[in-house]
Amino acid sequence: MRAPTIQKRTEQRGGVGESVQRPDGVPKTKGEFAYSSDLWAENMLWGATTRSPHPRARIVSIDTREALATPRVRTVLTHEDVPGRKSYGMEVPDQPVLAWDDVRYQGEAVALVAADHPEAARRAAGRVKIEYEVLEPLVDPETALADGAPALHPSGNVIRHIRIRHGDQEASAEVVVKGDYQVGMQDQAFLGPESGLAIPDGEGGIDLYVSTQWLHIDLDQLAASLDLPPSKVRITLAGVGGAFGAREDLSIQIHCCLLALETGRPVKMMYGREESFFGHVHRHPARLHYEHGAMRDGRLVYVKARIVLDGGAYASSSTAVCANAACFSCGPYNVPNATIDAYAVYTDNPPCGAMRGFGAVQTCFAYESQMDRLAKALDIDPVELRRLNAMDTGATMITGQEVEGPAPVAELLKRVRNAPLPPDGDAMDIRTLPGGVSNTTHGEGVKRGVGYALGFKNIGYSEGFDDFSTARVRLSVVAGEPQVEVHSAASEVGQGVVTVQMQIARTELGVQQVVVLPADTSIGSSGSSSASRQTWMTGGAVKNACEAVRARLLQRAAQRLGKRHGKLTLDGANIVSAGSGSVASISDIVGDDPIEETKEYHHRKTFPLDPRTGQGNAHVAFAFAAHRAVVDVDLDLGLVRVVEMATAQDVGKALNPQAVEGQIEGGIAQGLGLALMEEIQISQGRILNPSFTDYLIPTILDMPPVRADVLELGDPHAPYGLKGVGEPPTISSTPAIVAALRDATGRPLTRVPVRPDDIVGLDGQSG
Amino acid sequence: MAGPANEVDGLGRCQGGKGLEFLQPTSLTEALELKAAHPGAVPLAGGTDLMVDLNFDRLRPEAMLDLTRIDELKQWWPHDDLIRLGAGVSYTRLVSEIGEYLPGLAIASRTIGSPQIRNRATVGGNLGTSSPAGDALPPLLAAGAEIEVASAGSSRRMPFRDFMIGPKKNALAPEELIVAVHIPKARGPQQFSKIGTRNAMVISVASFALAIDAGTRAISCAIGSAGPVILEAPEADEFIESSLEESGAWDARSRIDNSVLQRFGELVAQGARPITDVRGTKAYRQHALAVIAARTLTWAWDDYMASA
Ligand SMILES: Cc1cc2nc3c(=O)[nH]c(=O)nc-3n(C[C@H](O)[C@H](O)[C@H](O)COP(=O)(O)OP(=O)(O)OC[C@H]3O[C@@H](n4cnc5c(N)ncnc54)[C@H](O)[C@@H]3O)c2cc1C
Repeated sequence: MRAPTIQKRTEQRGGVGESVQRPDGVPKTKGEFAYSSDLWAENMLWGATTRSPHPRARIVSIDTREALATPRVRTVLTHEDVPGRKSYGMEVPDQPVLAWDDVRYQGEAVALVAADHPEAARRAAGRVKIEYEVLEPLVDPETALADGAPALHPSGNVIRHIRIRHGDQEASAEVVVKGDYQVGMQDQAFLGPESGLAIPDGEGGIDLYVSTQWLHIDLDQLAASLDLPPSKVRITLAGVGGAFGAREDLSIQIHCCLLALETGRPVKMMYGREESFFGHVHRHPARLHYEHGAMRDGRLVYVKARIVLDGGAYASSSTAVCANAACFSCGPYNVPNATIDAYAVYTDNPPCGAMRGFGAVQTCFAYESQMDRLAKALDIDPVELRRLNAMDTGATMITGQEVEGPAPVAELLKRVRNAPLPPDGDAMDIRTLPGGVSNTTHGEGVKRGVGYALGFKNIGYSEGFDDFSTARVRLSVVAGEPQVEVHSAASEVGQGVVTVQMQIARTELGVQQVVVLPADTSIGSSGSSSASRQTWMTGGAVKNACEAVRARLLQRAAQRLGKRHGKLTLDGANIVSAGSGSVASISDIVGDDPIEETKEYHHRKTFPLDPRTGQGNAHVAFAFAAHRAVVDVDLDLGLVRVVEMATAQDVGKALNPQAVEGQIEGGIAQGLGLALMEEIQISQGRILNPSFTDYLIPTILDMPPVRADVLELGDPHAPYGLKGVGEPPTISSTPAIVAALRDATGRPLTRVPVRPDDIVGLDGQSG
Repeated sequence: MAGPANEVDGLGRCQGGKGLEFLQPTSLTEALELKAAHPGAVPLAGGTDLMVDLNFDRLRPEAMLDLTRIDELKQWWPHDDLIRLGAGVSYTRLVSEIGEYLPGLAIASRTIGSPQIRNRATVGGNLGTSSPAGDALPPLLAAGAEIEVASAGSSRRMPFRDFMIGPKKNALAPEELIVAVHIPKARGPQQFSKIGTRNAMVISVASFALAIDAGTRAISCAIGSAGPVILEAPEADEFIESSLEESGAWDARSRIDNSVLQRFGELVAQGARPITDVRGTKAYRQHALAVIAARTLTWAWDDYMASA
């Protein structure tokens, strides 16, 4: 046996808890990142989609002859060419792969073209002649809910109704406030529109490279519609810009594969930004009616709410969004009695589904607005009212579930309350004033406002879903140095899950060199990069697999070295024993016989909600955040400059503090967008602003500095105690900003995005 | 075998057998000759409007005329009381090189797009597009600018109000190019303000420009994004000029009464002809114009008072 090559105990770098830089950060900033839209294959064709211009119509006939006759066009496909299941959907397969009898929203896909050149494909797509019988669209969700409304789907118009009856339904209160609130349709506006490349393998199977959030749910739906066994469909994650929920549903996946299988050639599809607005689901617009009852001392007695979410044409994830809206409808407060009805409804509007915050965003705007209204009615400070009712560990949710683990609601609120306030705006620098560089004020009409909000949401999948992730870890020796290879199907969507997997492997195995393989379907599912779950779930799976590898390594070491050293442990890259110190290096023991383990991580079991009462232990864990917004408002022009956002959030454990900061700032930017400008405007089912010309997202001059206070209280059931980070920043930032606007203007501001008209008082709203 | 009649060219555009021609003159004379030979050729300056139109497939030109290699278009120089501003001068250069002569246009230029856009985009392109939301246009109208256009062998000059004739419509003939803008050097304070629902990089919901001629004691206003063309507001101009005259404020350099400012704002709002669209409501546009008219007048008048 060779002499042991004991490694000098060098400080482990890049492990859990460090701010490790993301590998995609610099390339994305410099424009050098390879997005899925940059994919290329020899001999490839380009796909294009023919979409319905009508929100609602019956298809009378489809004539593809002229499109087919277009030069360089290789094929034109319709619903008749879908070999397997003709519809798809994550929860309810109600959405046609290609429409056949009815179209139910503007932009619905009806036909596909593949051609040698993208322009030729687009042209030909415009030449597919579709005769429609145009029908009056049903665009109002309340109308769709009403008795006698025409059914848009065989199942009727209600996608889901969640009914929560908690506590005393007759409870009465000393002070009652009611309010009606509205949330507009927000777009995820991710970087890198939908795109991918499908390559037929010549044996009936297909490889798809695509930007997506969940490879395996794509796989299931693809196999069903292509009528292929799952083993013949292989999906690899291609470069993703961002996702925010918009890549949970399928976009180009089936279409691209159909074209590739039909032509026997690689086919690339790529939406432009405008098509992207029609090519993915959006955040559900909502109408919310609330009634809060409280005692004079401020203690909440009951909450009653009716929540209507416009699901649009197809189900997407509306059923789960609806459950979230209902479960989190009262906020992180002790509410002994609740009567909640939440509906997700079909209409002929664009389909709505997952977006960061997932149902908890809409209700947070309403319940936090109500808390401010209640504070005013009681003449109590809004922060004090929140503190008085704040949930803590052991609290009972309105679903009857006990809140386990840290729930530091009052503490988070105290921290943002106590954060120092920013200085006044600088009248000499118009960029710091409302209107910014547009030169609308030099200080005239500007008033400052401060507002607070709390929010919370579940982490991971709920309602009894067996949520799990899979990871394979392989420890080998490469050029004399130990190396770890990590493989999972977790989608890197810009949140940093590649980096986190590396960090965990370094910490668990003491090895510096870690390679994360491309995510694909050759390994088991990792579930979706959504619900703030991926670091917890795939992190957990990687940790499990590393622990299994470590156990085998130590076992092998014990076999090799015999019993003389006693119990062996891993310290950095060295195997040590209490008695003898370092006895071997990892490389010595692994040699040329790599150790590999594949493990799953399942989170604790959850349970369905009772259909009559909405009671049940439906959620595995909760994440909480508090926000304080400071705004300057131009009262005469209705323009706003958010001066500063202060936030406190319990993240359990910050695996990568820099990434946590990124999630907090990015989430606030998206919350600010919803508060002030981001809305897909719809008229009679038609999108009026499907481009960044008129769908405005915040710029650097709109986004204020963020003062973030990150708590690490450790969830006992999570790997490293971590909690998901991604969604809470988006949830309560919106209502905090609107509360600050109310503070400055005295106006009710019951709808987001808040428009200048609302602030100025041109819409009939009075102060 | 003969290919199909309707071939796709190198850029993939089907043009009945013809490709897109990309013409790159290096002198104005050459450009005008090319324009005469190809009246359908679309001029390309910074491309910040044109490339967007191409991307949206709103335009499929048979030829493009790249003006970026023509030095003459990138020059500016003072002559008499005017600045002759070449059509191809970028906003970035305008702000840094000529801002002191053309303060209103410089303020407007700073509000346009982002630094990247301002590095490429030109006043000539803003005129070429002739959008009611073009931010360079109200200052040109308020300052009394004239547009110089030319075709092979001839050139003419016209006041801005005769140049822009409708939304995205101007008086340019197919064989003509915009060559320069002649803008009087400021003879008093100028201002510009625009409304947008975002604090940078935003298309005007409404805009307002104002120029004071301290010599002739004239004030002229122009309104953007609130009508089919950039609008003048003669009632407002006349009202403020006579109020200032009557109150002796020109000589006394005294403040303008709030009631006068308010009335001025009302008259500006009345002079607007806004519509409700995806960017804003008619009522808000009118309301906001009254506010920014009064504010910009205050700022400009403060400067006038301080310039004693
Ligand atoms: C992100 C973004 C932000 C923007 N923000 C603003 C804004 O805040 N305010 C604003 O006003 N605009 C804005 N624009 C629009 C655009 O930048 C301006 O209109 C700009 O002035 C156009 O100049 P250009 O040189 O890029 O023109 P180009 O795009 O090259 O040309 C515009 C039009 O003018 C024609 N043209 C150009 N030069 C001549 C010439 N010499 N003779 C005849 N015709 C000519 C072209 O054929 C074309 O029709 C923005 C655009 C973008 C993409």
